[in-house]
Amino acid sequence: MSEHHAVAHHTEAHAHGHDHHGHDGHHELGFIRKYIFSEDHKTIAKQFLVTGIFWAIIGALLSVLFRIQLGYPNADLTWMKPFLGKWITEEGQIAPEFYNALITMHGTILVFFVLTAGLSGTFSNFLIPLMVGARDMASGFINMLSYWFFFISGAVMFVSFFLATGPASGGWTAYPPLNALHDASSGGVLGVDYWLISMALFIVSALLGGLNYITTVINLRTKGMKMFRLPLPIWAFFLTAVIGVLSFPVLLSAAILLLFDRNLGTSFYLDAINLAGEPLANSGGSPILYQHLFWFLGHPEVYIIILPAMGIVSEVLSVHSRKPIFGYTAMIYSLLAITVLSFIVWAHHMFMTGMNPFIGSIFVIFTLIIAVPSAIKVFNWLTTLWKGDIRLNPQMLFAIGFVSLFISGGLTGIFLGNSSIDIRLHDTYFVVAHFHLVMGVAAFFGMFAGVYHWFPKMFGRYLNPTLGYIHFWGTISAAYLIFYPMHFEISLPRRYYTHSGFETFSDFAHLNAFISTVAIISFALQLLFVFNFFYSIWYGRKLRESNPYGANTLEWTTPLRPGHGNWEGDIPEVHRWPYDYSKHGRDFIPQTEPLSQYEIEHGEHGDEGDRDIIKKEEDENHKG
Amino acid sequence: MEAVATTNAKDLWSGGDSPFKVSYGKIMMWYFLISDTFTFAGLLISYGAIRTSQPKHDAANPLSWPDPNEVFNAGPGFHNAPLIFVTFMTFTLILSSVTMVRAVQEGHQMNRSGVLKWMAFTILGGLVFVGSQAWEWSHLIEEGMTPHGNPFGASSFGALFFLITGFHGFHVSVGVLLNSWAFISTYRGVFDRRGHYEMIEKLGLYWHFVDLVWVYVFLAFYLF
Repeated sequence: MSEHHAVAHHTEAHAHGHDHHGHDGHHELGFIRKYIFSEDHKTIAKQFLVTGIFWAIIGALLSVLFRIQLGYPNADLTWMKPFLGKWITEEGQIAPEFYNALITMHGTILVFFVLTAGLSGTFSNFLIPLMVGARDMASGFINMLSYWFFFISGAVMFVSFFLATGPASGGWTAYPPLNALHDASSGGVLGVDYWLISMALFIVSALLGGLNYITTVINLRTKGMKMFRLPLPIWAFFLTAVIGVLSFPVLLSAAILLLFDRNLGTSFYLDAINLAGEPLANSGGSPILYQHLFWFLGHPEVYIIILPAMGIVSEVLSVHSRKPIFGYTAMIYSLLAITVLSFIVWAHHMFMTGMNPFIGSIFVIFTLIIAVPSAIKVFNWLTTLWKGDIRLNPQMLFAIGFVSLFISGGLTGIFLGNSSIDIRLHDTYFVVAHFHLVMGVAAFFGMFAGVYHWFPKMFGRYLNPTLGYIHFWGTISAAYLIFYPMHFEISLPRRYYTHSGFETFSDFAHLNAFISTVAIISFALQLLFVFNFFYSIWYGRKLRESNPYGANTLEWTTPLRPGHGNWEGDIPEVHRWPYDYSKHGRDFIPQTEPLSQYEIEHGEHGDEGDRDIIKKEEDENHKG
Repeated sequence: MEAVATTNAKDLWSGGDSPFKVSYGKIMMWYFLISDTFTFAGLLISYGAIRTSQPKHDAANPLSWPDPNEVFNAGPGFHNAPLIFVTFMTFTLILSSVTMVRAVQEGHQMNRSGVLKWMAFTILGGLVFVGSQAWEWSHLIEEGMTPHGNPFGASSFGALFFLITGFHGFHVSVGVLLNSWAFISTYRGVFDRRGHYEMIEKLGLYWHFVDLVWVYVFLAFYLF
């Protein structure tokens, strides 16, 4: 009894603390507490977004550099020497070690810093409290720590670029034995240690963030916000956090073991190795162990990247089709199915390790099964669009573009999920094309849809739509022009520094040059978006109405520029699901509006008799 | 009566309150512990994978998995007593969980001096455990065990032992620091002013978790 009393007392005290924040909106914090070490989820979200944009530019720039090498292997790059120094050889070429570092860092930065922290960090932080009706995250302090751990993690990675021996260069997966030895590659001398420390810090950041997201969704939903009244982005962020909290710690174990192997002489991943002709003393370990530990995170990680994009796209498609999302419950159950299945498909990255074909076939089956919930989601997005009153604004275009890319990339996943085909296609550009479409560019499109859609709520101004249209049409064209032809490079191995030395690959020289040219144009287009982003923060068209898109969710019930605490008065109460669009002749019915007298909530069916009565009463109302 | 119970169950998840009637801090601690379970699981599965790839214990084969009775047969001032010292360590740690339970209980009753007394015992237990571990490490290092070599048999044993007991010892040390911080806060009346001793409960969850993990570490290195 006393325990319950104490708990009730505590939560009450907590709520009061937050109310206090709400009423105290005019109380000004100093610059540092307001913009740097802020505990306001909206500010932290913007910090994640801007840092994510910074890393996206770096990551994309790296890809431009290695695409120059792949597309124009003989180009004279001496003019880059002032910037890149010894990484450009005397002959004006990108140094081979530098090429390896470029692809390694491109993968690491895009996967972790941009599409995990930049995507989840931004939108989970911004939308969870606003959409569930909370004054802030459960713990603002831990939320702030989450950002700053991410920041330090990025700083460590950034510093590694300036090491004399260069950053990590053994692939974004950091497989041993290559990455377990100091003397096997130039990036391995020190770069991998920086990489591992940066990852460890990143994992701490992801855990602190994830714990907050989960707890906030469970504990701080406003009155009436049942789990099955949550907007779909919240379900997606919630399950993303669950996946992260369960899979990132295993990467931590993998990283600790690798750090030990590198620096303390252990042999967890090493056995029977010759380095430069000399046998090493290490024995007893297994490099395959690392692959299992890595992909136990690595595969769920791709769902950490794509689920938030799926959630955002579901919301944007529904709002801008002026139609309820098709199959709301099916959407939630398919998210849940993906969450569970994402943990039991990891070894499909490892068909080439000589695993028992029977074990392989189990992973094939689960991999093919996970296509089912993914397909359910695609059908539901398409049927949401069907006969909708579609507004083709930039966010809607990006959301539709997401669906297109997800289908195009997902189809090749069905090929690759089969071990018999994957063994042929492993480590070719076919795989590169597959995952860039389905989780790379697609997740970016989800992110862009989110940025265009919620920018007015974040900054009180709109992004310029004309630049948005150019950005969309340019980017989707570039995505298909780069990655569609890449599927034909089915015999071209990944990660090779150059293909020019092999007669069989010479057919691809023109294709590679074409892909590289489009990649450079695409990079310029993204800079246009970055310009639009920062220009619009200060000079964009001002937001003048609280609910510009006629959306049902709670974030549009806050003031134009919500302060810390989000709502000035009481937190609104929720009475219905978030997708009542074009219902009973009304364009939209916000979640805060109680059901009318005879209205049945979505998902509540009642029996046939009730329906007849309601119909009759509605007809009478019409006559009256 | 039944109808009332069902409406309550339905209301739990309908927003405006915690569905588990638990504060956000405790939920966070629970999820952190689940996550930490996965970290330890990653390490212990690595242990299993590496151990099963090595030859089973065989006195004639110096590269086979060592016999724990030979490795752990000493304590401060005594020899040839297999597993006696680790039994003492394990007993101390489990006892410190019992004193932690008492501290939490006193916290529910808002009894500051009770909390102080039992937290002191818990901290003491943690210190004795970490101290014993330090002794055992230095003893084994003297005997020649390193992360890359092991006079008792397979070298992986040494590497895994230092890694996993080290990671566990790190957890115990963090627990001792947090408990000491909570002890000082209790002494200064912070929780009395706050009106509840929930911090002690949260630390209790952590402390019991660290104890539970020790059972698995103990099984892996000392018993099997």
